[in-house]
Parts: sequence; structure tokens; C-alpha cells
Amino acid sequence: MSALTLGFDLLLVVGLSWLAWQALFDPHRFSAVVHFMAFGLLMALVWVRLDAIDIALAEAAIGAGVTGALLLAALGRLPATAGHAPAWRVGQRPLVHLALVTTLMSTLALAWVAWQLPRPGLAGPIGEALPESGVTNAVTAVLLNLRAWDTLLEIAVMLAAVCLVWSLGPALTPYAPATALPGLPALTRLLHPLFLLVPAYLLWRGSHAPGGAFPAGAVLGAGGVLLVLAGAVPWMHDPRRQPLLRLLLTAGVLLFLGVALSGLLLTGTFLDIPVGMAGTVILAVEVAAALSIALMLMALYLYGEPGR
Amino acid sequence: MSELYLLLSATLTGMSLIGLFRTDDLLRRVLALNVLASAVFLLLVSLAQTPYGLDPLPHAMVLTGIVVAVSTTAAVLALAVQAHDRRRGEDP
Repeated sequence: MSALTLGFDLLLVVGLSWLAWQALFDPHRFSAVVHFMAFGLLMALVWVRLDAIDIALAEAAIGAGVTGALLLAALGRLPATAGHAPAWRVGQRPLVHLALVTTLMSTLALAWVAWQLPRPGLAGPIGEALPESGVTNAVTAVLLNLRAWDTLLEIAVMLAAVCLVWSLGPALTPYAPATALPGLPALTRLLHPLFLLVPAYLLWRGSHAPGGAFPAGAVLGAGGVLLVLAGAVPWMHDPRRQPLLRLLLTAGVLLFLGVALSGLLLTGTFLDIPVGMAGTVILAVEVAAALSIALMLMALYLYGEPGR
Repeated sequence: MSELYLLLSATLTGMSLIGLFRTDDLLRRVLALNVLASAVFLLLVSLAQTPYGLDPLPHAMVLTGIVVAVSTTAAVLALAVQAHDRRRGEDP
């Protein structure tokens, strides 16, 4: 059995190295992007092997799905350049070799250091704090109670990215595959109930098993990008709906901030959730955060401000 | 078993650094940065397997990291795409 898993691990390592090499050095940009998407899918398998199911769920939806869609959309709009830098001049060669050797040496040093790094970990302290966090899944407890500050800032960073993208100009009209592929809108409509059902299930089980706001938001966002591609969300571009859209985009940050401030009022500590109501509060924040993350992923995909 | 993935993470780091500096194409740089981010995530999650059990803290960090990485990718790509559109609009 262990020989089988070792073989599987080796296969994953070799496959990932090859896919990364192709994604970085393939002369054709399209094939590089496709190799990168396959790389994301294989990474999801690695996360499963490392017992990180939450990350596997998020990576499969974001790493392979949404990032791939973003890259493909940019690929069609950016001009095809030579890809690689022009040949080196004679005087540059020693410098290039020096840089290559330095990178190689630092890679070896990193491998050596990582190999023998001590691993104290925080599994014990987090396990002790778990009964007071309101949920039984350790990752959700860390994300939304023990280290909620990180998550709040992370959603704020995402909102800042949306603001940056929207400030650049009006939304770019997506290439209309609906005209070339009449099956896509129909397929999207057929698939969309699944894209709603799966995140709802992931959100619900997040309190006691792998799942929660991030995987749910990622899957919902991936389905949303598909809807945007099929031109099935015209309300996003409707000028009258813009206030509602902005409210939904900021819902995650606003609710999180509200919880943090009421924690300050009730217990005297910023972001301290009282033990009795922690479970309910975490579920509410998770729903708002998942909705906001999904909408922000869709908003990023527009490459500009809609309704302008 | 996780030692294998530590080695993979080091290899990916070196490869993506070379890819990052070797190319002058923005899209390829974004790809290289994404591979580099995956390598760092892999290092963190491999180190989360401790003798005292699974450490959930790196898992939570990587989950937030994945979402931040996709936001950065989108912001950089939007900057590149919009800059290209402006430039094309100025000198047809």
C-alpha cells in the first residue's frame, strides 16, 4: 500500500514539475496558460494528499478555474510578443550564468533548509481553544474566530483589488461566445443549480468538516464567471442596479467589521466573539463573505467598471 | 512523504524565478508569479504536518493566500489589458 502511495506521490511530483516547466517555458502562450490550468488541477490532488481538503476545494475552483479564465481573457486582448527576451549580448553571458548558478544554489539551499526545519506547529494550542470557538472544524475556527483579523484584511485586500480594476475604465465587453456556441447559455442554465447547491452545502458543512466560506465563495464565483461569459447576468451592467451591486460586494467586509466592532462593545476586545453566540455569528459572517468573494471574483473578471 | 513535496516546492521556486526573470512578456511573468505562489503554499502546507498532528494555521493562511493571489493576478492583468487598449487607441 505504501509503495502504491509513494508511486502516486512520485507521479504527482514529476507531473507537476513537467507542467510547471511547460507553463513557464513553452514558446506558445496559449499552451502555456493551458498547462498552468492543468498544473492547478494537479495541485488540488497534492492538497488532498497533504490532508488539506479545504485548500484542495478552493484551489480546484480558483487556481484552475477562475485564474485560468482571467488568463485566457487577457490572452486574447494582449498582443503576441516574442515571448522570450532577445538573445544575450556577449558581455552579458557571464552575468546570466552567474544568475543561473545563484538561483540553482538558492534552490538547493531552500530544499536543504526546508528538509530539516523544525516543525513545532500550533496544533496543540488551537485544539485547546477549539471548544470555545463555536465550530468544530479547526481551519474554520482559525479563519473566522482565532485569526479573524487576517481574514478581515484579506477580504479588504480583495475589495481593494476590485476598486483598482474598476477604476481603470469601463468594463470590457466579453467576447460573445454565445453567438458562436449556442449551447453555452443552455449548458450554463442547466449547470447553474449545481453551482448554487454545491456552495450552499460547502457553507453548511464548513462548521464541522472541510468546507466553509472560501471554498463556497470560490465555487460560486467560478459558476458566476461562467454566467458572465454566457452573458446571462445583464443586471450587473444595469446602471440602476449599481448601488445594489456595490452593497453586495462590500457585504462581507461590512458585516465582518460590524461583528468586530460589536465584539469591542460587548467584550472590550476588537474581534472577540462571545462564546455563546459564536456559532451563529460565524455562520452569518461566512454567508456574507462567501457571497462577497463570489461577486468580487465575477467583478474582477469584467476588467473594468460595469454600467459606465 | 511530505519531504517529497518539500523538494518539489524548492524545485518549483527555482524554476519560477528563472521563468520570471527570463521573459519580457507580462502574461508569462504573471504565470511565473502564480507558480511561485503555489510553491510557497506547498512549502507551508508540507510543514503543517507536525509530529503533534495537523497544524490548521498554515492551512488557513494558504486559503487566504490563494484568494489574495487571484486578486493580484486579476489586478495586474487588468492593468496590462487596459494599458494596451489605451496605447492602441492613441496611435492606431
